Order: sequence, then structure tokens, then C-alpha cells
Amino acid sequence: MAGFEIITNNLPVFAVVVPLIAGFLTPIVGWIDRRLPWYWVMLAMFVVLLITLSNLVTVINSGTIHYKLGGWDPPFGIEYVIDLLNGFVCLIIAFIGFMVSIYSVESVKKEVPGKTTQFYSVFLLLITGLMGMTITGDIFNFYVFLEISSLTAYALIAMGDRGDGVVASFNYLIMGTVAASFILLGIGYLYAVTGTLNMADMQNLLPSIYESKVVLAALAFFMAGFSIKVGLFPLHAWLPDAYTHAPSTASALIAGLMTKVGVYAMIRFMFCVFTPAFVIDVNMTEILTWAAALAIIVGSVLAIAQSDIKRMLAYSSISQIGYILLGFGLVNVIGITGGLLHIMNHALMKCALFLVAGAVFYKTDIRNIYQFQGLGKKMPVTTTVFLIAALSMIGVPGTVGFTSKWYLALGSIVADQWIFVAVILVSSLLNIVYFWRIFDNIWFGHPHEIENIKRDEAPLTMLIPMVILAILCVYFGFFSGYPIEHIFEPLAKTLLGLGGVP
Amino acid sequence: MVTEINSIIPLLAVLVSMLASVLILAFGKYPNIREGWTFVAAFIKFGLVISMLPLILKGNVVTYTVVEMFPNLPIAFKVDAFGILFAITSSFLWIFVSSYSIGYMRSLKEHAQTRYFFCFAIALSSAVGIAFSANLFTLFLFYELLTISTYPLVAHIETPEAISSGRKYLTYLMIAGVSLLFSILVVYHYTGTTEFSFAGIAGMDAIPQTTLVILFVTFMIGCAKAAFMPLHAWLPAAMIAPTPVSALLHAVAVVKAGVFTALRVILYVFGVDLIRDSGIWLYMAYFVSITIILASVYALMQDNLKKRLAYSTVSQLSYILLGAVLITPHGITGGMLHIPYHAFMKITLFMCAGALIVTARKENISEMNGIARQMPITMLAFTVGALGMIGMPPVGGYVTKWFLLLGAAELHSMILIAVLLVSAVLNAAYFFPVIYVAFFKKPDHELKYKEAPLTMLVPLVVTAIISIVIGIWPDAPGMFLDIVNIAVANVTGGI
Repeated sequence: MAGFEIITNNLPVFAVVVPLIAGFLTPIVGWIDRRLPWYWVMLAMFVVLLITLSNLVTVINSGTIHYKLGGWDPPFGIEYVIDLLNGFVCLIIAFIGFMVSIYSVESVKKEVPGKTTQFYSVFLLLITGLMGMTITGDIFNFYVFLEISSLTAYALIAMGDRGDGVVASFNYLIMGTVAASFILLGIGYLYAVTGTLNMADMQNLLPSIYESKVVLAALAFFMAGFSIKVGLFPLHAWLPDAYTHAPSTASALIAGLMTKVGVYAMIRFMFCVFTPAFVIDVNMTEILTWAAALAIIVGSVLAIAQSDIKRMLAYSSISQIGYILLGFGLVNVIGITGGLLHIMNHALMKCALFLVAGAVFYKTDIRNIYQFQGLGKKMPVTTTVFLIAALSMIGVPGTVGFTSKWYLALGSIVADQWIFVAVILVSSLLNIVYFWRIFDNIWFGHPHEIENIKRDEAPLTMLIPMVILAILCVYFGFFSGYPIEHIFEPLAKTLLGLGGVP
Repeated sequence: MVTEINSIIPLLAVLVSMLASVLILAFGKYPNIREGWTFVAAFIKFGLVISMLPLILKGNVVTYTVVEMFPNLPIAFKVDAFGILFAITSSFLWIFVSSYSIGYMRSLKEHAQTRYFFCFAIALSSAVGIAFSANLFTLFLFYELLTISTYPLVAHIETPEAISSGRKYLTYLMIAGVSLLFSILVVYHYTGTTEFSFAGIAGMDAIPQTTLVILFVTFMIGCAKAAFMPLHAWLPAAMIAPTPVSALLHAVAVVKAGVFTALRVILYVFGVDLIRDSGIWLYMAYFVSITIILASVYALMQDNLKKRLAYSTVSQLSYILLGAVLITPHGITGGMLHIPYHAFMKITLFMCAGALIVTARKENISEMNGIARQMPITMLAFTVGALGMIGMPPVGGYVTKWFLLLGAAELHSMILIAVLLVSAVLNAAYFFPVIYVAFFKKPDHELKYKEAPLTMLVPLVVTAIISIVIGIWPDAPGMFLDIVNIAVANVTGGI
């Protein structure tokens, strides 16, 4: 029984430790048998999923978890804090990671031949980095995990398209390093003026020195750094290449999770290191909403101009990140609820879309959307998943995209920012433009050419995760009431310091 | 007092064709079984809808809450007299159009028939869903579903022309959808609810006048499915769809969903009092009058029969809107009653046009010299429909025109009376030539008797007969006028 208690008492940290150790053991597993790493990663991700689920349940039932690493009390030791916000982000990371790991086997075999073991090893380390960034309550520990996730992401992207992947990875490396330096500078500034690295401690200490220019500079560094990490327009230039040239599996993972965790970190710093009042006071939220609004429109317009499906999805991500940040920038309960919802929703839809792009590439070697003719007959399940996820991106009612669109638009009205309502609605029209031409290519316009096309569906390992994601897109489209009432709205209130669940 | 009866029937009535669509897809390789599902679903759907009629006629409403989608925003159904009026019309006509579709699609050996019947079934689900929606939120859900499910039907033949027509269709209707969503958000923001109410949503009168007018405009843009000018261009473009689609969807389900939504907004969201007191009604009345006249003029200029019928639909739909904004009991009666009446007459006309395409391969009026010698039954049915449109007794159309004229007279508005009369003359001007050409012009070459297959002929004869029956005996118990009277009493607080 003692062993069991050790596990249950240390569950928070296991969310980070399990993928870390599993990642280091992957080469050994791969050395035993080349086919094993896939099962190994699935197993590890499944365990992580269970851990994060259990953590979230604990948080919902008995409040925030404080875990002292090595038994050292904060602010001296490193503290892991799991509240509703990161409990829920962790669950998304674990869930998307698990889905992608199931999907990965055939795709990785095709796109990174001979390097599967390395790929899976880095895959798990990326999950470690993301988990760590999310779960930690220590600002420097956060930076360490940020670097882990960045380095692994560079490696994954570099494994992609021969040549292009390396260039994209290098671009990302430069931009990512600049971003990380900004963040490190910010951390240094704050440490210099407060003498602590613990986030909660910092939030208590900072208000007395809010007039200090150093604090303001730190905030500016953080915002600039995170804006690069999440690809907020106009700091998005690295993102399309990175998403396009990475291996399909990595694209799905990075697009689904990297930017979400970046957004999470931005929120965590804005609301839980600084205070909402301060961030509003220095006009940071207003700048954020305008940048986000610009990102929404520009991202969508640029997406229309693309013919490579992965690149199109990448630009669409830029626009969707704008949705999330717009919600937070509105700093009212409804807007933030919308932003939080969209973190989950966008992870589901965008991951599904990238998985579809990967499955199509796996079967046909095609990424150009104008060559998608007849795909509806060849891969009916895959294209149906695409249809559902794309309708969701458009924000058709009955899909998850609609729930977040509703909250974001309503939040803008509540904030009396009618221009953002227009931005959100116009953007959904732009989404129709760039997704509908793909529908037309998949299903319409060539009844005679497609007569001889035979059904040739992607393998089951690819279909299962895609279908699950599509089902969730619809399920949460109808049944978001419960999570909104019990997780997102209380969370939004907490972030704004309006009480609610701690 | 209105009693609310909780029952799952509204949900089942909506879902039955959704379920059928899955079966249609599953049995795509066996056309007879596939079409069997369409029929089964059509009959069950109509049965479910009609089973609620006795309750409604007693003045009750049937409610069912499906799921609380967001806190305070449920997906819910509430069947009242107005809702069931639309639901009966579309589900009843689906039975006939199913039969007609089979004849039409097989005679022309159309491709992708599974997709066609699949989308058709979903579109019907959406139409009934719109009819039964208890709030704007639920209505919007089905409104968008209707747009998306009808796109594959419009683009059905997949030629570049069809695709670009489909794009046009989508552009108009999606912009409408966005505008509607915006309006719903504003209503929700100001009143905290989107639920329809007989007297209009409480709290609407607290909205500042300017905002109210803007809101009304965005709502009406949202109702672009009602095809009033200048947002009508998608409807003639949609005529590229197979004729059964034009018949049921673009003369009944989709466009009526548009006017239905507009009427819901005018009468059940804004409410009669607010529309009258704010003065919106007068502007709206003149605005739709322009469509009534102008669309008829456009119809005169069309040689393609389906396009002529489409412009006629544009004009007739605005009758319904006009009736609603007259806000007198007679006016509203005329408007609401025109929903089923126009449906029966116009579907007859479209089915005749389709029969001409299938049997005689003729789409243009100028090619139809003496066609009645070949297809006398079809052309007789056409004549019935046309007379109804013009408003000649005993075919149904005169009943609604009568009520509309009464409504306009009660308001002492000579302009609106003139509009209605001029429009009747124009209707005659564009329908009589067709009848003349078909019956009295000499055919270019000898024509032998050859009618469309029975699967097509029977439906169009039946709808023609019904068009006459509802004209001769409009006040039969339980018929449309009865239902409309209850709906009007609801919104005007008793006649």
C-alpha cells in the first residue's frame, strides 16, 4: 500500500516525470525492436492522460493542488501548482498527445524513415516540456521547460521535408531564441526587483512596486516574447514554414499544442504573476485585443491565398490564436470564457485538420488543395472528418467552433467593442471562403473524372483518432453547458479576481 | 390560457428525416430500398407533425427542451399554431416531392442520387426544426444547417455554372446567417433571452430607437432566405438545381424558412405593439412593396420557365412579409395563410415545369408552342397553379389576397391596395402567355400524347386539386385557416 500512496501523493509531478523518463528510455526500447517505440509512446501518453485526468478531478473536487518538489517550501523550492486553468490545459496536452501518438505510426514510418525511434524520443520530450511549462508554479522552472519544448520542436520540424524542414526549423530557432531571451530577461528583471521566483509569491510582492519601470519593462518583455511564441501577428513569420514543412504528425502536435501552451503561459503571466488591474491599467489588454483582431483578419486573408493545405491551416492558426487572445484581451467573464473555450476547441479542430492533411498526404502524396478532386470518393471517412472539423472552424452551430464564437462575440458586445464583433463575424465568412473551395474540390466539379476512383481509405490507426476528434467537435458543440458552467466560467471569474472556485 | 404540454414528439419529428438520411447513405447501392427510406421517413414525419395538430387547435403549445447548450440558452422546441402551419406544409409536401423526385431523377438518369436524397432529408429536418424552434438560438442552428445541406443540391450537376451558382447561393445565405447571428447576440445581450413570446420578447422596448432600427435591419438581412430585393439574386441562381429541389426547397422549405423567420422576428421577437409604435411597419411595408412589383416585372422578362417561376416566388414571398407588417389581424392572417397557399400552388407549377423538362426536354417558354397537346394533364395543372397565383377563384390564391386587401383597406392605405392590384395584373401578364403558348399556339411539329411518368404526374395533379380545395373550402375545420386564426389570436391578443 505504501507504494500506491507514493504514486497518489506524487501524481502532479508524474505528469512531467513520466514522459521525461519514457522519452529517455525510448532509444533502448527502439534498440530492442524497431516497432516497439510506437507502443511505448502510446502507453506513456495513456498513462499521462490518466494522471492529468486524475489531477483535474482532484482540483475540481478539492481545490488547487500545491506540490513541493523535493519537499522544499516555496518560495525557496520549486512548487508545482495545479488549478483549474492548468489542470485543464494539461488534460488537453495529454489528450491531443495521446491521439497523435495513436495516429503517428504509419505517417512517421513514411515521412521520417529510419528515424522513428529518434522521432518518438523527441515527441515525448516535447510533451515533457509542454507539461512542465503548464504545471509549474516557478517562473524560472517555467523557462527551463520552455527551452525543452522549444528545442524538441526545432528537432521535430527539422525532421520534415528534406531541406525545407531544416530551413523552417532554423528560422523558428532564431525567432524562438529571441522570444526565449525576451522571456528570460523579463524573468531576470522580476527576480531582481522581487527576489523571488515563485509566481504566487511574486503576485503578492509586485503590487507595491507597480510604478517601477522595471516591472513595466518585464511585462513588455514577456508580452513580446510570448507573442512570438504563439505567432501573434505581426510576429508570426516563422509559423507557416514550420507548420508546413514539419512531418505531419509533428505538425498536428505542434499546431494543436505549442501555441496553446504559449497562450496559456501568456495568460498565466498576465493574470497570475501580474494582476488583471495592472495589465488593464498599462493598456496591455487593449494592445492585445487590437493585435488579436488584426491577426484574425490578416491570418484568414492570407489563408485564402494558400494552395498548400498545411500552409493554409498554419495561417488559419494565426487567425485562431487571435480569437483566443481577443477573448482574454476583453477582460470580462464572457470574453475570457470564450478564450478558454477556444483553447480547447481550437486544439480539437486544428489537430483533426492536420491529421486529415497527414492522412491525405500519406495516401496520395498530395498537399495542393486543387489536386483534391475525387477525394470524397477515395477517402470518405477522412474527408468527412475534414468536413466536420472545417465546419467547426467556420463556426457552424452544433460544432465547437460555434460555442467559442458565440462567447467571443458576446464578450465583445459586453465590452462595448462592436468592431470586434464585426471582426469575428467577418472572419467566419473568410473561413468559409478558404474551406469551401476545398469542399468543392473534394466533392464537386468533376463527376466524370472520378467515376473510376476506388475507395482507398487511410489505415485504421489514422482513422480512429481523427474520428474521435471529429466526434468531440460535435459533442462539445452541443454539450458545452456543463463544462462552461463548472469549469470555464468559474475559471474566468477567478482569473479576473472576482471570486468563484479558487 | 395557453397550456404547455411537454412531449418528445417535436424532437422526433425533426430527427426522423435525419435518421433516414443515415439509412439513405447506408443503402446507397440499392436505389429501391434507399428511396423506400425516404418514403417511410416522409410518412412518419408527417404523421408525427399532424399528431400534434389536435392539441394545437385546442390552443395549447407542445414544448420540449433538448439540451442546455450554454447556461440559459437551451436548444428547445415549442410547437405553436404558426410553427405547425409551416411544419405541416413542408412535411406534407415532402411526401409528394419524394415520389416526384424518384421519377425525375431516374428519368434523367442523374448522377449522385444518394447524395441528393441524403441532403434532401437533412434539409427537411432543418425546415421542420426551424418551424418548431422555441427560441432564436435553436432557429439559427437549423437555419445554418438548411443552408449547408441545400448547397450540394444547388451545385448538384457540378458544371462550372452550377458551382458558381452554388457559390452565389452560399455567399448570400452565409452573409445572412452572420447577420442573423449578430442580431441574435444583440437581442440576447439586451434582454437575456432569445425565446419567442406571443407579445414579443420582454425588454425589447428598452432598446434605444436607433439601435432598434439597426437591429431590425440586420434581422431582415439575416432573413435573406425570404429573397426580398435586393437580396433576391440567389434564388434565380438556385434554379440550376434539379427541379424537385426548386419545387420543394426553393418554393417551400428554404424560402418559407426565410419568411417564417422574418415573421417570427417581427411578431414574436419585436411584437406587434413595438413594430406599430416604432413606425417600422410602414417603412417595411413600402420596402417589400417594391419587391412585389419589381420582381413581377423581372418575371415578365424571363423566357426560362423555372426562372420566371423563381421571380414569381420572389414577388409572392413579399406578400407574406407585407401581410405581417400590416399588423392588423386581417393582414397577418393573409400573410401567414399565404405560406401554405403559395406553397401548394407554386409547387404545382414547379412540378409541371419539371415534367416538361423530363418529358419534352423543354425549359424555355418560347419552345413550348402547343405543348398542351402532348401533355394536357400537366398543362391543366399548370393552369390551376397559375390562376391561383393571379388570384382567381376558385383556386386558393384569392383567399389570401382577399385578407391582404382587407388588411390594407383597414389601414386606409391606397398605395398598398394599389400595389396588390397592380401585382395581380402583372401576375396575369406573366402567366397567361405561358398558358396561351401551351394551349393555343400551333406546335412546330406534330406532337403525340406523352405525359411524364406516373410518379411525377400523380403528385402534381394532387397538389393542383388541393390548391382548388383550399380555395373552395378555406374554412374547413382543422384546415389552414383554422390554424392561422389561432396564431393570429396569439400575437394580437385575440381578434
